Amino acid sequence: MAEKRNFKNAVIMENIEKYFGSTAALRGVNFEVGANEVVGLIGDNGAGKSTLIKIITGVFPPTRGKLFIRDKEVRLKDYNVKQAYKLGIEAVFQDKSLGEKQDLWRNFFIGRQITNRFGFINVREEKRIAQKIMLDMIGFRGVGVTAESKASKLSGGERQGIAIGRAMYFNADLIVLDEPTSALSLKEVNKVLNFVRKIKESGRACVYISHILSDVYEISDKFVVLDRGEVVATIKKNEITLRKLNEFLLKYAHGK
Amino acid sequence: MQKKQSKIQGIAKIESLPIILVYLILMGVFIITAPRVFMGYRIYMSFLQTVPPLLVLALGLTFIISAGEMDLSFSAIIAFSGFVFCFVFRTYGTPWLAFVLALLSGALVGYINGLLVAVVGVPSIMATLAAQFFWNGLTILLSGGLSWNIKEIRPYFIHSLFVGRIAGIVPAQSVWGLGVAVFLWFILNRHTFGEHILFIGDNVDVARVMGVNVTATRIKLFVFMGIISAFAGILLTLEMINFWTTQGAGLLLPTIAAVFIGGTSIAGGYGTIVGSFFGAYIVGSLEAGVVASGIGGYWTRLVTGFVMGSSVALNIILNQEKEKGLVKHLRESVFLKGFNSTKK
Repeated sequence: MAEKRNFKNAVIMENIEKYFGSTAALRGVNFEVGANEVVGLIGDNGAGKSTLIKIITGVFPPTRGKLFIRDKEVRLKDYNVKQAYKLGIEAVFQDKSLGEKQDLWRNFFIGRQITNRFGFINVREEKRIAQKIMLDMIGFRGVGVTAESKASKLSGGERQGIAIGRAMYFNADLIVLDEPTSALSLKEVNKVLNFVRKIKESGRACVYISHILSDVYEISDKFVVLDRGEVVATIKKNEITLRKLNEFLLKYAHGK
Repeated sequence: MQKKQSKIQGIAKIESLPIILVYLILMGVFIITAPRVFMGYRIYMSFLQTVPPLLVLALGLTFIISAGEMDLSFSAIIAFSGFVFCFVFRTYGTPWLAFVLALLSGALVGYINGLLVAVVGVPSIMATLAAQFFWNGLTILLSGGLSWNIKEIRPYFIHSLFVGRIAGIVPAQSVWGLGVAVFLWFILNRHTFGEHILFIGDNVDVARVMGVNVTATRIKLFVFMGIISAFAGILLTLEMINFWTTQGAGLLLPTIAAVFIGGTSIAGGYGTIVGSFFGAYIVGSLEAGVVASGIGGYWTRLVTGFVMGSSVALNIILNQEKEKGLVKHLRESVFLKGFNSTKK
């Protein structure tokens, strides 16, 4: 089942800094994701989790530091979402994954449409593939949702299903999940967790962000704790129990 | 039975069907109220002559509004590019150079708009309002506030190509308007540019994280609108064989009205070329229709307002999936239930 990957680490960050104006969002971050590792990224609100994964997925560049994808350093100047796609990185964002008023087939291919050389979209092909993903990978059968439905018609779980199915179809080496379960029912949460297990089984890497510590603990190989823009701990799963991890995190809870 | 149902569903799927019906009903009403005018072909030829500049503008503005932006500068671009066209033609006598430079002048205005909106971050309604004053002011300065006649352009090919009469009756600009509409339908619905516009208008964060270059697309959008406006300006100038400094000013609100009547959402993320096409013809036909119906020109604006309000409301009501909003409100209101039912 597991495919052989010819690199050791999916992502390495070295001394990454990110400033928004004069505000530091990330300071001296070192972060590593092995080729077949599930990393749970945890930290309070505003700790810099989103900033970190947006750098990995190419949404914006870091202010300073080095970024290695599949063991190769990327030129930060040229790195963007499309480059990240090419390097096998896919992301599922909590509430930023689908255009609400757009057809699902458009949502599958936005950012990397199947086009002819003049930029016109091959609608038939995109619809066909989208329909196939929905039936074969996500198991949308008999729920009255087709590739031509609007995203706004879907439930929270179905939305995550679409975003995850998209990530699977494009055969990513690293899948980033940002709070994928926050709007889901218990049953749907389980589906997402199963999906992460599948990522691991198939030899891929995953970065998983969630507030629900028990979920993170269960599926991750390693935990990286962020606090106010800095990595304060990197802990292997076999080094800590869920309870200890919880106590450890409370030290960094700044909110009420 | 099932086949029949799917046929009905197929018809209901036609883009902007409600607004096509509104247009047909309006024409039907005019045929009844002003049969002598609306039973003949001349009035329709006159629409085909006067509506195309408005139509082309509305088609371009559909993209702007779909992207969740607004453009108020296109009326100034019409004047500015019309001036550039006349100036180059009168100075060098070369209509095609005039044509190209006029389009480029529109692109330039659009590019500056785009930089202000996409790079500096000025809300588009403010940036383009400023642009409207600025470019209109510049046009008045450069032209000395005068209108320029270019009747020497009549014998040139460019005149018959854009505003000639096909077979002696059909105005060429109507074919151009239709051609632009078909082309832009494909750009909005089948091209990556259009898809990026729709996603940006829908949710700019989603567009960004999914790999759409938002800044570049927004700049392209305003350059595109600039070129479209310049083209409308050239059509208008050629038809009138005249440039005047306020040409286009009267098109600002009707164009916006046409897009909204057509059903394009001001919330962004959805736009309809077919709707804007019929919206433009509705707006462009109202005045003539109202006047020909004999109730007097003073009624035009009132009727336009009524048609616009009811079209927009109709679009929203028909798009509501479940029973909510107005229909539900009416059903539950005292008008239908009677006063007694509220006293429970």
